[in-house]
Amino acid sequence: MRKRKFEELFFRVLMVFATILVSGSFFLIVGTIFFKGLPYMNWDMITKTPGGGFYIGKEGGILNAIIGSFYVAGGATILGLIISIPVAIFINLYMDGKRFLSNTIRMAFDVLFGIPSIVYGAFGFLIMVYFGIRASLLGGIIAVTLLVIPILVRTLDEVIRTVPFELRDATLSLGATRWETAKVVLRQIRPGIFTAILLSFGRAIGDVASVLFTAGFSDNIPTSLHEPAATLPLAIFFQLGSPVEEVQGRGYASALILTIIVLIITVLADILIKKFSKHKI
Amino acid sequence: MNFRLLKDKILSKLMLVFTLASVSLLLVIGIGLYYKSVPIIQRLGWTELITTSVWKPLKGLFGFFPFIMGTLWVTAIAIIIALPLCLLTALYIVEYAPARIKRILIPFVNLLSGIPPVIFGVWGVLFIIPLIQAHIAPHFVEFSTGYSVLAGGIVLAVMIFPLIVSIISEVLRTIPQELKDASLALGATKWETIKKVILRKALPGIVAATVLAISRAFGETIAVLMVCGNNAVVPHSVFDTGYPLPALIANNYGEMLSIPSYDSALMFAALLLFIIILLFNIISRVILARLERRLAS
Repeated sequence: MRKRKFEELFFRVLMVFATILVSGSFFLIVGTIFFKGLPYMNWDMITKTPGGGFYIGKEGGILNAIIGSFYVAGGATILGLIISIPVAIFINLYMDGKRFLSNTIRMAFDVLFGIPSIVYGAFGFLIMVYFGIRASLLGGIIAVTLLVIPILVRTLDEVIRTVPFELRDATLSLGATRWETAKVVLRQIRPGIFTAILLSFGRAIGDVASVLFTAGFSDNIPTSLHEPAATLPLAIFFQLGSPVEEVQGRGYASALILTIIVLIITVLADILIKKFSKHKI
Repeated sequence: MNFRLLKDKILSKLMLVFTLASVSLLLVIGIGLYYKSVPIIQRLGWTELITTSVWKPLKGLFGFFPFIMGTLWVTAIAIIIALPLCLLTALYIVEYAPARIKRILIPFVNLLSGIPPVIFGVWGVLFIIPLIQAHIAPHFVEFSTGYSVLAGGIVLAVMIFPLIVSIISEVLRTIPQELKDASLALGATKWETIKKVILRKALPGIVAATVLAISRAFGETIAVLMVCGNNAVVPHSVFDTGYPLPALIANNYGEMLSIPSYDSALMFAALLLFIIILLFNIISRVILARLERRLAS
């Protein structure tokens, strides 16, 4: 009897310990980034593009990379939405009675979601070579769009499935076509669409393996789709590789900026999801 | 009236095209990568590419064995660290934690999953590397810079925490309360119930989560690239440097167009990753879908 009680206690302590370690790792990471990055933070970092000699420790900032990342992530998310919303509607509203087929399609997107970004990057690079596009904002957007489509479709699909069947049935029985029903459903899931946008944007802005081959890098803010664009993760990676201490420090500060952006996006998405589940009928 | 029906028809066809196009992406990626790696496969053959370890692009020698081993070492270390920790965490969250603590814990797991790979890499360089160099390695080997497959494994382990915890918790939640009640009513302690009923019932789900985590770890690029040391040598201990496949692709794309067959070789590396991850993903998704169906019926 004693032994059983002891075993219970032992594993309970082990579980609490594991839980603290797993959820504590978040603080460890964010803490490390804050601690190392904060001393190098200043306004120049987020308001200036790299000046001459930036990479040997002279003045400037990473505005080019921040703007570039927003362009790439924003462009990819918009393009991804244009493709994903019809797909999610099609799976849910146009495939009645074809359960097997729609589930197979869902699984295909689950698998696509698991494909690593380096493969999307390599494939995006192949597309660019095929069409003769050079490393540019456009190339980056194409590769990242491929990366975010599965995220968007999965999230939208999940959200649409929370809309009660009665609502669709009521709309359809009033004589609406499936497309008109889709419009009603879309209105219902509006907050869900914002969640999907945030999730996709958050993933896109932090990903580096997909833009490595495709977006290029530039010290200037891109003014057209055909110019190369710097991205924040890539800027961090490059600065960290520098032997100059000042530049490395700016790499930490850049990491801090990216962390803050991504945390804001994740928290917003979390709040939206909670709100959404509260208001659903 | 006709117009409305026509609109519905046209739009439905359009959506069908979008759906088919994005699903076929899976095929197109595979075919595209294969097509690009055909030259190197024809020249050297699959077995030679995979089993030899000489990597001299300038001489046209491409042996992927060290990179495959690098990937395997890093992934294995990550799973060995992450799986027990995440299993215990998921058990605690689902079976023990009071609702109040659950509400605090789950958002942190979510936040962790939102952190970009490059940040994990920076953290690895700033925290894990010095830790290994100064505190862990000296107990086992004479000298280590810290850049090692162990560092890669630890960073990857933390990266896959959220994935494993969320899938296993979901699986644990599907286990019927009646089963647990029956076990508890027979006088088993909570841990005995977990050990003999819950874990047994959740085993397929745990396997699926592990397979999915392995495939995630396989493809992770930038974080691993930053902490592994990137030496094209087969690692023999956890303190050796390694050079996983994704890091190889990311590190060399710059020069790949200037050396013959190099681009083909790198696309072959991407193809290899793609095939392995595709298989692992399909396996785990089929297991999970089956679990879900069992729950629904």
